Amino acid sequence: MRIKCPLCGDRDSREFTPMGHETYMNRPDDEGWSPAWDNYLHLRDNPAGITREMWYHGAGCTSWLRVERDTVTHDILRVELAVDVKRGNA
Amino acid sequence: MRYSGWQVIKQGLSGNRGWKPAWRDPAPKAEYDVVIIGGGGHGLATAYYLAKEHGLTNIAVLEKGYLGGGNVGRNTTIVRANYGLEGNSQFYSHSLKLWEGLEQDLNYNVMHSQRGIVNLFHSDGQRDAYARRGNMMMAQGDDAILLDRDGCRKLMPFLDYDQTRFPIFGGLYHKRGGTARHDAVAWGYARGADQRGVDLIQKCEVTGIDVENGKVTGVQTTRGAIRAKKVAMCAAGRSGQVAAMAGMRLPIESTVLQAFVTEGLKPVIDNVITYGMGHFYISQSDKGGLVFGGDIDFYASYASRGNLPMMEHVMEAGMTLMPMIGKAKLLRSWGGIMDMSSDGSPIIDKTHIDGLYVNAGWCYGGFKATPASGHCYAHLIATDRPHEAATRHRLDRFNTGRIMDEESKGSQHNLH
Repeated sequence: MRIKCPLCGDRDSREFTPMGHETYMNRPDDEGWSPAWDNYLHLRDNPAGITREMWYHGAGCTSWLRVERDTVTHDILRVELAVDVKRGNA
Repeated sequence: MRYSGWQVIKQGLSGNRGWKPAWRDPAPKAEYDVVIIGGGGHGLATAYYLAKEHGLTNIAVLEKGYLGGGNVGRNTTIVRANYGLEGNSQFYSHSLKLWEGLEQDLNYNVMHSQRGIVNLFHSDGQRDAYARRGNMMMAQGDDAILLDRDGCRKLMPFLDYDQTRFPIFGGLYHKRGGTARHDAVAWGYARGADQRGVDLIQKCEVTGIDVENGKVTGVQTTRGAIRAKKVAMCAAGRSGQVAAMAGMRLPIESTVLQAFVTEGLKPVIDNVITYGMGHFYISQSDKGGLVFGGDIDFYASYASRGNLPMMEHVMEAGMTLMPMIGKAKLLRSWGGIMDMSSDGSPIIDKTHIDGLYVNAGWCYGGFKATPASGHCYAHLIATDRPHEAATRHRLDRFNTGRIMDEESKGSQHNLH
């Protein structure tokens, strides 16, 4: 698997750490426990097919990336900086 | 036909013409009392115990591929009861006791071999943790021996004890642990269930779960609609897709775990060895192949194959532990789809839909759990009450905070 980092270019997947589903981009604001936290921490769609998830480029530019990937074929379809996605620039 | 040594001789002398198929291949009926989704080890065991212990025989097991073609045929065959956490400890202890009587119970040789498991430790802190775990196992009534370095040397003289990164301080020896022939476990349960009247229906994929007024009424399949009073989900790595048919989301992400086997060698490794610090474990099959693996690949996957970085990591770990395996040739590798729950423990519970049950989240430890999973799931389905060995494996524990975090890592995906 190779991942095309928007800042560093095409790199070996060993440089990256997968964090999990992009749910992690939307941390709930609730101070106490709520269904939103259960959703954020635990519940997942777990699709067989296209998914979007967080990867960390620890051995490169140290950016958080949002990677669109096929869980059946391991194809990587799109890679964006998480900060761009969050700010709506992607 | 009852299998025995006498049968082997009799059939051998008559040209082996008398053997019959071990189970029927029936077409699905229009209605069953219980439909089990998934014909893997757990689904077949559930059907077997429903029939044997609860007298329910109007049961169908629906399998989209062939029986035992999923994780029960794609694991590293290890059987153990060395869990420390309240709830898990009872459950896996229950499972090991079922394993110990399984071959007689099923009249099927599953080649259960209690060759012992050693969990190596590499620091004073890890020794303390394993001593505690060993005490938990003994408090549960199971066996554990804390080996020092010399004790390990006697059992496993071939390990590299003085490696600089993780020198071996000792190991926790669980003598009743071991291995079993994985496919035979599925086949034995399949045969036992079939003999008691359960319909094992292969190449029958469930495409929908029918729910009316909060109550399950049946399933839609590639071989037509089937009505059912109760529906039991038991789909391991595919649990997410099956649950989605009932409008449910589970606290599960599916990932791939790789395993490897070398060419057949003469007997060299007597027991199972786990090397947690290096993410490596190994045993030798009765055929002679070294069977080993490591960690999951850590990204979501349904590909049934992993990638090279984890393969390389596992090989490196193996070489640091036992350099003698360096010249063995790798025969093949494979990947199984792991239903990773966010706290690392399984779920055996009812759902919010009346008559719909869930059995999922086995992470990378489903094989040893097969008998207890089936036994406890059957109890739940038949009586609507959890079996006493599985009271804590609840679906709502994530939301209520009663998580079962065996490794003290937290309840969040990507930690286990």
